[in-house]
Amino acid sequence: MSIELSGINKRYGSFTAVDDVDLRVESGELLALLGPSGSGKTTLLRIIAGLEAPDSGSIAFHGADATATHVRERQVGFVFQHYALFGHMTIFENVAFGLRVRPRRQRPAEPEIRKRVQRLLELVQLDWLAGRYPHQLSGGQRQRIALARALAVEPRVLLLDEPFGALDARVRQELRRWLRRLHDEVHVTSVFVTHDQEEALEVSDRVVVMNHGRIEQIGTPDAVYDHPASPFVLEFLGHVNRLPDDDASGAPRYARPHEIAVSLQPQPQAWPARLAHSATVGPVTRLEFAVDGRDAPVNVELPRAEFRALSLVQGAIAYLRPTRVRHFAAAPD
Amino acid sequence: MSTAMALPLPFPAASATPGAGESALLRRLLIGAALAFLALFLFVPLAFVFYQALRKGLGVYVAAIVEPDALDAVRLTLLAAAIAVPMNLVFGVAAAWSIAKFSFPGKSVLTTLIDLPFSVSPVIAGLIYVLIFGLQGWFGPWLSAHDVKVVFAVPGIVLATMFVTFPFVARELIPLMQAQGTEQEEAAVVLGASGWQTFRRVTLPNVRWGLLYGVILCNARAMGEFGAVSVVSGHIRGATNTLPLHVEILYNEYQFAAAFAVASLLALLALVTLAVKYAVERRTREDGSPSGERPA
Repeated sequence: MSIELSGINKRYGSFTAVDDVDLRVESGELLALLGPSGSGKTTLLRIIAGLEAPDSGSIAFHGADATATHVRERQVGFVFQHYALFGHMTIFENVAFGLRVRPRRQRPAEPEIRKRVQRLLELVQLDWLAGRYPHQLSGGQRQRIALARALAVEPRVLLLDEPFGALDARVRQELRRWLRRLHDEVHVTSVFVTHDQEEALEVSDRVVVMNHGRIEQIGTPDAVYDHPASPFVLEFLGHVNRLPDDDASGAPRYARPHEIAVSLQPQPQAWPARLAHSATVGPVTRLEFAVDGRDAPVNVELPRAEFRALSLVQGAIAYLRPTRVRHFAAAPD
Repeated sequence: MSTAMALPLPFPAASATPGAGESALLRRLLIGAALAFLALFLFVPLAFVFYQALRKGLGVYVAAIVEPDALDAVRLTLLAAAIAVPMNLVFGVAAAWSIAKFSFPGKSVLTTLIDLPFSVSPVIAGLIYVLIFGLQGWFGPWLSAHDVKVVFAVPGIVLATMFVTFPFVARELIPLMQAQGTEQEEAAVVLGASGWQTFRRVTLPNVRWGLLYGVILCNARAMGEFGAVSVVSGHIRGATNTLPLHVEILYNEYQFAAAFAVASLLALLALVTLAVKYAVERRTREDGSPSGERPA
């Protein structure tokens, strides 16, 4: 089930949340809407769900216009950041809710409901919690139940609003991979909102980078990371250094921390810099260099072993040479 | 404490801390004062009501209560509450639901209006109905032409009771519903639930204890209301007297034992209300383990 958005606008008073967005979500893909808070990604997701109405523009599911379709009839699954499980119902009843509220004629028979809920609980690997209440579950378990509940109605489209935002880092990482595997299994067209670039790059088939209500770039994780379309995308997807010298046209040049080589001897096209600080975090060492006549430090990441081999001490002079430079001649920052 | 004072303390303020006994003394004083106040102004009068009611013996007490006028007063009080409480339950839920879950023009005006019965003196509230429905009032001539009695009759008493108990349910529910937000409702609607299904299966169960609490308070006030009802009642014995009005009449006629006997009924109602309220509050606190488990 593909989703086509065209010319979507949404304003709240004087604030433009979504600004003339066109987007096509391909059938079966897992798409990430990535951007800082206030970039309009959640509003866009809620517009797709039908929880918000756009001021102008249209939405179509698989070619059929759905702009005026009520959220109840859109057949979307929605997973909320804070789960929104029904606290007074058991886990089983939470998952069964979407089936039980159907009009009598469309409602599956009780044994069929049981079978389907059971299957979904097995899919999220929590069938042993069927009789519990949401407050007895951990955050990660609740989010998996929320996902099972959304899938119970066999949605045409699955929408997830910061699904891992309220979880701690470790659980988040686990769930992220689990979601990816689940999507490969279920294959329902999915859109998820996140402000975490790592999450977007790791999980999704394609990433939509948003800023100020507009789409900055759409592409595969590799494409947006390796070929950012604007300084914003470059800076939002991972760390980046603005290099001390501009290019011939006066536009700034950038290099990512792991794309800078460090040597102890002077090199062509390398600047001298003083090591201000270093910290080893797991396999990488993060170095902070001070360059004369420049306020912002240059951050470099080296594999742990490489840093050891250099045997740099704090305050020592080293020479920095970017191995890969990006510049945006058209749009100076 | 003296040893602490003798030590050379770098900060003068630190000398206040060693007196852990001081704060305990203060604590006891404060608790003592609060308890003494409660005893003097709440417990003693309550006990006095029962003491006076039973002073002339159980026979007089029972006689005062089973007296026909007293029984009529009980009946009218129950009737007024039986109409006013369900009406305000429906209104309160509707108002709280619309205020907490939707935004619409005039929302703040509605919120303020709900509080009006709290800010207006009950006597004024009663007078309003006299001025509207009384013989000299707007609808008076029309009503009397059609032989409908509102003021100095049962409908007036019910109206006045409803007005005074208007805010209880809504006031209780609005903050609760606002705190719960709309996410669960949104989840229900996305899953295909209709408005009514969302309300009955999601919103209502989430506020049920707060709702019960509001109804209890509403009921207590409906049965105990004096001022507004007094104005519209006309004090016709056996016809338009509610329990509080009956107490006043007996008292003014120097039938103290009877007055206190009937008053003790209201006092008992208050005690039952407190007990139920306490139970509901405990349930609210430990909620999350609801008793209404449905077969899974």
